[in-house]
Amino acid sequence: MKSRQQKTKRYGMVIDLDKCTGCGACMVACMAENNVPFKEDESDKLDSITWMRVYKLTNGKSFPKTDLCYLPRPCMHCEGDHGHPPCVSVCPAVATDYSRETGIVSQIYTRCFGCRYCMVACPYHARYFNWWDPVWPDGMEKYLSPNVSPRMRGVVEKCSFCFHRYQLAMDRAYYEGKRELEEDEYQTACTQACPAGAIIFGDLNNTGHDVNKLKKSPNAFRLLERLGTNPKVYYTSSREWVRRAGDNYLKKESK
Amino acid sequence: MKIDRRSFLSFAIGGAAGIHLSPLPWKLMDDVSIWSQNWPWTPVPEDGEVSYVNSTCTLCPGGCGISVRKIDDRAVKIEGMKDHPVNDGGLCILGLSGLQLLYGPTRVKTPLKRKGKRGAGKWEKISWDKAISEIVQKLSKLRSKGESHTVGCILGSDRGTVPQLFHRFLSAYGSPNLMHTPSIQDSYELTFNLMHGIQTMVGFDIENTGFVLSFGSGIIEGWGSPVRMFKVNSKWRDAATKVVQIEPRLSNTAAKSTKWFPINPGTETTLALGLIHVIIKESLYNRDFVDNYSTGFNNLKKFVLSAYSPDKVANVTGVDINTIVSLARDFARAKKPLAICGRGKGVTPGSMSEFMAVHALNALVGNINREGGVWAVPEPDYIDWPEVEMDSIATKGIQKERIDGAGGKKYPFSKHLLNQFPEIINSGKGYPLQALFVSGANPLYSMPDTKSVKDAFDKILFVVSFSSFMDETSENADLILPNHAYLERYEDVPLAVGLQKPVVGLTRPVVEPLFNTKHVGDVVIRMAKALGGNIADSFPWDSYESCLEETMEDMWDTMVEDGFWSDPDFTAPAWESAFDTSSGKFEFTSNGIKSFTRLDQVKIEGDVSSYPLTLIPYDSMRLACGFIGDPPFVIKTVEDTVLKGKDLFIEINPKTAKANGLYEGKYAILSTPIGKAKVKIHLFDGIMPGIVAIPRGLGHTAYDKYLADKGINFNELIGPVEDPVSGLDAAWGIRAKLAKI
Repeated sequence: MKSRQQKTKRYGMVIDLDKCTGCGACMVACMAENNVPFKEDESDKLDSITWMRVYKLTNGKSFPKTDLCYLPRPCMHCEGDHGHPPCVSVCPAVATDYSRETGIVSQIYTRCFGCRYCMVACPYHARYFNWWDPVWPDGMEKYLSPNVSPRMRGVVEKCSFCFHRYQLAMDRAYYEGKRELEEDEYQTACTQACPAGAIIFGDLNNTGHDVNKLKKSPNAFRLLERLGTNPKVYYTSSREWVRRAGDNYLKKESK
Repeated sequence: MKIDRRSFLSFAIGGAAGIHLSPLPWKLMDDVSIWSQNWPWTPVPEDGEVSYVNSTCTLCPGGCGISVRKIDDRAVKIEGMKDHPVNDGGLCILGLSGLQLLYGPTRVKTPLKRKGKRGAGKWEKISWDKAISEIVQKLSKLRSKGESHTVGCILGSDRGTVPQLFHRFLSAYGSPNLMHTPSIQDSYELTFNLMHGIQTMVGFDIENTGFVLSFGSGIIEGWGSPVRMFKVNSKWRDAATKVVQIEPRLSNTAAKSTKWFPINPGTETTLALGLIHVIIKESLYNRDFVDNYSTGFNNLKKFVLSAYSPDKVANVTGVDINTIVSLARDFARAKKPLAICGRGKGVTPGSMSEFMAVHALNALVGNINREGGVWAVPEPDYIDWPEVEMDSIATKGIQKERIDGAGGKKYPFSKHLLNQFPEIINSGKGYPLQALFVSGANPLYSMPDTKSVKDAFDKILFVVSFSSFMDETSENADLILPNHAYLERYEDVPLAVGLQKPVVGLTRPVVEPLFNTKHVGDVVIRMAKALGGNIADSFPWDSYESCLEETMEDMWDTMVEDGFWSDPDFTAPAWESAFDTSSGKFEFTSNGIKSFTRLDQVKIEGDVSSYPLTLIPYDSMRLACGFIGDPPFVIKTVEDTVLKGKDLFIEINPKTAKANGLYEGKYAILSTPIGKAKVKIHLFDGIMPGIVAIPRGLGHTAYDKYLADKGINFNELIGPVEDPVSGLDAAWGIRAKLAKI
């Protein structure tokens, strides 16, 4: 009999900003995987639900010294201080929680009553509120996946690291008599779709996973690290201005 | 008790205040929202058995393998096919949202016949039998009058069984007028034709390249087969391969390249010839290739040494003189260097001078048909049908001059010149076109100078669209015979654009046809059978499916099993046997075009005094600009500095904006000699002063509310500029002006 005790996993990402081309495939792969709705006009980015959003950064220099870089932003699945991310701490309904088993910050739509405290608390704008009920044009409901429930009006939603894929992979593993997942058995939809191979996903604690090694790169950084949110999404960039754009630095400060 | 004003007011106000202080309204509001939240209009997707179907994406010429996840009979997600020779698991933004096209509101659900005026959007549903008999009647009448050549056809491509069925149909019927949507592939093919003397496709062994010199090609903006190019781009990063990007605007490709050199737009040919000058002058070229396998080198040498010295080139291109010299040296000395061209995604064919100059650069460093270089990839030859049965009308008909002038006296090398066709029709120079079939193309959106294209269409008496979607061309057709969507039909995908290995993909039904649609191949076969005589005899197949299976022969089983057929061991022929020119060698000065003096820059429309700025288009992966428009997911990813509401932003350098009194987010009128549009200003430091740029792919008038009427179609602002050698469209921009509102 194998031990029921499992090793704690901390799923996370390392995104190579040198490879990211800003093509947007991750955004659409995420929307298609997670039944994310769309409206007639999505150009107001404040109410446009994109669990994964690719931001465009520029170095602010004038022609021809200008440079630009794209930065994909999923939910950072912050660990905070010992498993207390900012959004979880403020949720009055326990609709969002930090899983000590996987390190994934969950969002349970049926518990959420839409107070949006978590949206205020999240420094990454990773959370979105459903101001309207989702409407799919006639016939398009056919492509909705049964793995993720469509959300109703009045609740907050965000990236789940495709948690349903973790559940399916674990079910399969149990069925096969395994207790642990191989690295490629659980991958998020954006990681799978990224044509540039810029997104690497895995267990940050597992020395056999690529993310464990990649996050130690001297070029690795996290967003707004100094807030102490302890995010599990790392970025790497060979360009200093990009690394500096990840946090608010004073002019004199060096990173 | 008497109710006076005072007691009434205190009762009303006190009551209202009391109710609000009580929990009642809040409780009720809470209950109502929870109750209405649970109304059943949020769908609960049904669960079922999971399965995957492997197929090939046909939304662009990239030829990616897809793996579609199904729940029972519903398709729920498209993913990239693992181990596919083109995309190996990755997929682009458009391919990922294909189900929104399949299940979307823009599908044409049944054959439609126009009621009322063209383009009025009034349709009458008709049966397939009636629709086909109507076409057949029209065609028989034309044929009996000896006007079979006045029937034309516009396709997305001219390769594969479906285009070849159309070709066969037109030949047997008696018309030479098969045209297809042009792209840089046409220019590359012509380059090979002129310099190698062979009819071939271009392939790039780009995975093994050691140094990339790109003349404005959008390597990560959709040039070539997009997903493959993304993968290659990442590979270059890992291998620290040097990539040099030359273009006037900081595109994503420029930002990701090792070095970006801005250049005055339209002077790329001059720069290429300047680099050739340095390479020849410093004897950095591959002697083996030049001495033993080429002719015309001395003419080239004389030509570039006299007119393209680095200082002159620097003057024209705006690229620094030292940069030109060091770039030429770096390129020539690098291991396995490769130069590529074709701006952005490569939807405009471009000028032959540019393609030939860039190809000459490749030849000079000896990378033709070599590892990491440019390869001549043979055209797929699996279509081996019996000869078309010709009668006297057919023989007479196909000998008539083509309506677009391709292959005629002026442009003897070109096979198709779709861009010439609107002008020829509008000017009445050629014969009138009486019927036109359109399949796999959307010329009313994607051709330059949309207005004149529309005028030309208005002069064609009978337009039939085979589109699965209600696009611009279908909206202006007389009859729509909807094809199955690409996830509902069989088709061969005979190439992945730019790939150095022959791959034939198989598109196959993922779901049963949802609507009353028919495979376009079946419709062609049925039309042929109904026309009878030699036309029917030329089509011995019962259905498209049997035709495809028969055609593929022994490749069929592999294709069904794996989803594709490929020849991984293919290598391009060695230099000894690679060229089929009259000299048997590579021709630096093609005999076809006689002299280099025709290698000139392409002048764009408009004069500097009334149009002080230059307008160029830019491409983005998030904006599909081919015959398919953006599905809702894709348009959702477009940034709010490109599109806000229905307004389009133009990119302009802050300096140029300031000089014109324009500020971020303000409206302005952008006008060119062709058209005018109201735009918003977006300041972008990465664009050369004096230039404004707008994206391709917006400004659709058709499709659904998620796409229609958003932004501006670049093709409404630009007209075609004829290339003197090919006759293809070589316009890279147009003069423009901006006025404050």
